[in-house]
Amino acid sequence: MAHYDFHMPVTEEAVRKLRVNDTVTLHDTLFGIRDATQIHMFDRGRKTRFDLKGHAVIHTAPNVKWVGETEAAPAGYEPICIGTTTSARMERFTRPLMEQYGVRIIIGKGGLFEASQKAFTELGGVYLAIIGGAAALETTWIEKIEEVDLDDLNPESLWKFRIRGFGPLLVAMDSHGGNLYTQVNKTARSKRAAVLAALGVKST
Amino acid sequence: MKADLKAVEEAAKELYIRSLKLLPPDIKDGFARLDRAETDATAKTILGTMIRNIAVAEDTRNLLCQDTGIPIYNVVIGRGIEVDGHALKQAIRTGCERATREHPLRSSVVHPVTRKNEHTSCGRHVPVINIDFSDRAETLEIEMIPKGSGSENNSFLKMAIPADGIDAVKTFVVDCVLEAGGKTCPPTIVGVGVGGTADLCVHLSKVAATRPLGSRCEDPEGAKLEAELSAVVNSLGVGPQGLGGDATAFAVHVETAATHITMNPVAVNMQCHSARRARATFTPQGLSYGY
Repeated sequence: MAHYDFHMPVTEEAVRKLRVNDTVTLHDTLFGIRDATQIHMFDRGRKTRFDLKGHAVIHTAPNVKWVGETEAAPAGYEPICIGTTTSARMERFTRPLMEQYGVRIIIGKGGLFEASQKAFTELGGVYLAIIGGAAALETTWIEKIEEVDLDDLNPESLWKFRIRGFGPLLVAMDSHGGNLYTQVNKTARSKRAAVLAALGVKST
Repeated sequence: MKADLKAVEEAAKELYIRSLKLLPPDIKDGFARLDRAETDATAKTILGTMIRNIAVAEDTRNLLCQDTGIPIYNVVIGRGIEVDGHALKQAIRTGCERATREHPLRSSVVHPVTRKNEHTSCGRHVPVINIDFSDRAETLEIEMIPKGSGSENNSFLKMAIPADGIDAVKTFVVDCVLEAGGKTCPPTIVGVGVGGTADLCVHLSKVAATRPLGSRCEDPEGAKLEAELSAVVNSLGVGPQGLGGDATAFAVHVETAATHITMNPVAVNMQCHSARRARATFTPQGLSYGY
């Protein structure tokens, strides 16, 4: 279990070094993306002007306040509360994000599934688990909202955040087939029969 | 007592914001209890971060979680309260809209077909406003619950049959917790509805999931069932965020309703660890806020 500090963007080689249970803290740049953002990018043919190559995206739709464009808020938005949403709904977008845009890191909560695991292995990517619901803390890791694209989808716009010390985040799926969620799920399911027996359930 | 609808509107606004920032004391106690009992190192770190987040939200007066949820207002009208029911609902809706615009808050509410967001946290039938009556004299209570989507997206209903008995209920609850895994942002409050019609059963599961920790089902059979399920749920090993450990749930809560001779419905709705709620109580002495 090693700890890494990544100044974004990163190379495939750097990402392939990560193994489940390692921790990573990100610096400099992070992109926020969500259901509607990816539905529009991959189902409705829209493109972003942002270069996501080697970058990390986080599954989020932040609370923001429009303050007008200033040095502290170059995109006109001040962050209020930025947290993380459940990744499961966005499973089918992992591969196109990596293939078409070169994304290397996905940050979310609750984990992704088989298709994402395959994309991580083949293309060189990882899933970092952040603690869902700990958004007040997460917001303190965001310096500012640098830019925004596809903002007609607000709050599900494509956000470019300036970050400092974003983490530590747990490597929960790596590029070598390691997956903490499937490990935990397998163990939990192996306890099902004993739990049902303790509840006096006769046969299942 | 005549309900002051301007004060109700202000309270509806204030309740939404308060609920998003201040976690009720029973949930904080629940965290302390789970943290003491946790034996897995990763889970212990995760619980520590969640507890730290509660303090950061208080210190920075920020929202606990970015998910402003679907707003739910539970109104309980006591004896001797004089109120125009339609205007009361409108006042709550206006308060909810104002909280969203004036704080501002992320509006998490869209039309189900067009997906259009009006940026008011309101839409058709939203906020959800449930109205009930009690025998408490001169008391109007409004409870606000911002229900997050991670937990709400893992809601389950099974129309089991009488021949499967209570075993079907217990098995279903265990399987729902396994199916939900980390997606519901555990540790959760697992709400279970038993009996009723299909819609009532689901509603009961929501009532159960949003009840304070330490409260008990008023039906002794429901209370027995929730104690049994609470005792074993944390031996599944799902753990906080589904990353393993003991702290899968704060508790399992059960609510019951009579059902049909041919029916055995069971519903599960979960509340995430950001188990937010706030309460305003109007009496002739004035307005007080609590949980």
